[in-house]
Amino acid sequence: MTKIDTSSPENVLPTPSHTVGPFYGYALPFPGGGEIAPPGRPDTITIQGYVLDGEGSPLPDALVELWGPDPEGRLPTVDGSMRRDAATGGHLGRNGVEFTGWGRIQTDANGHWYARTLRPGARGRSAPYISVCVFARGLLTHLFTRIHLPDDEAALAADPLLSRLDGKRRDTLIAVAEGNGTYRFDIRLQGEGETVFLEFQ
Amino acid sequence: MALTQHDIDVEIAAEHAAYEKRVAEGAPVEHHPRRDYAPYRSSVLRHPRQQPITIDVGQDPEMVELSSPAFGERDITEIDNDLTRHHRGEPLGERITVSGRLLDRAGHPVRGQLVEIWQANSAGRYAHRREQHDAPLDPNFTGVGRTLTDDSGFYRFTTIQPGPYPWRNHVNAWRPAHIHFSLFGSAFAQRLVTQMYFPNDPLFPYDPILQSVTDDAARQRLIATYDHSLSVPESSLGYHWDIVLDGPNATWIEEGR
Repeated sequence: MTKIDTSSPENVLPTPSHTVGPFYGYALPFPGGGEIAPPGRPDTITIQGYVLDGEGSPLPDALVELWGPDPEGRLPTVDGSMRRDAATGGHLGRNGVEFTGWGRIQTDANGHWYARTLRPGARGRSAPYISVCVFARGLLTHLFTRIHLPDDEAALAADPLLSRLDGKRRDTLIAVAEGNGTYRFDIRLQGEGETVFLEFQ
Repeated sequence: MALTQHDIDVEIAAEHAAYEKRVAEGAPVEHHPRRDYAPYRSSVLRHPRQQPITIDVGQDPEMVELSSPAFGERDITEIDNDLTRHHRGEPLGERITVSGRLLDRAGHPVRGQLVEIWQANSAGRYAHRREQHDAPLDPNFTGVGRTLTDDSGFYRFTTIQPGPYPWRNHVNAWRPAHIHFSLFGSAFAQRLVTQMYFPNDPLFPYDPILQSVTDDAARQRLIATYDHSLSVPESSLGYHWDIVLDGPNATWIEEGR
């Protein structure tokens, strides 16, 4: 039944996940979804890549969500990622000043995505990273992964997750610098070079 | 040879039997679908073959995934949760009210968080350019809604009963009527995208997406309950659907779980 009795915790069982399907494109993406960094900030980075299936084919219908801290390692508590216009019902987008830390990007017809955000700062015991959640048609439960930047070798070497992984697997969580503050991060759902995905407990 | 419903039925039954056997032998209950579920053909090349790496969030309360993006009044408009009012005219179909609570695994309400929905119209057609189904579009219905949960975790939408629609998983494949939901918790690790179904739909046993949830009790949690107290006189029929987000959040750590 779908009225949950909260009086006893054993009755509070999770609602199962389902695929996002092929038809979310007019519902979930919003203009400026990947423009997370307020314009003009000097610590802005661009992350770009492809989402690829088990045959190496790009997914034109994947949805990537990013969530990460500001350069000082603070996680934003401000809303306004997808501000709306009460007059037209349309999208106003971000306000150009505040950093919400969250973005949502649909892959394009070539399976490519990009986002501009602020360089994440360190928190807790981890090397700095941006958390990623991937949704797609065919993916019955979303996948979590992390984007680390390659610049601080010492921090990466001390990261509790990265140090559990062998070299090839570890590399799937570290973006490749392409110059001018741009980084490449492909997400391979299956097969050769499969991205490391995470489960939180 | 074209893939028939019978072929898919056989695969669904085999996956279900394999799950029941695992549980009988002591394996844990599976609340979520396995990503590797061949009866849903699109999953074949899109699931990882490696096991996910488990992260114990208790090791680091500062972990990014233990916080969630915030949403607020700026991110929605007042009529976003009434999908029948987004155009000049009335949409066709049966008006419904869908409401329930958003909870975490401890049964606590998730307050002030974003709930997004999208769905087909009453004829089973999405307002999406890649949709091939030749059912009519409704100029007065887009099928997208948003709201924020209230202080008790309640959400509420007014919309139109969506129609079932055909798809190309196999010959004569039909999706039972459903509404897509996207949900945030107090932690990004609780993120959920799922689908709500309506009671007593005859298409349930034939649908590999619903059947990908192989646990019988878990599958029932995707089906709303007709709730006469939610029905609005002379206006809409009411359905109640509570949603429980899986995954850890910061409260778990505070409570020492």
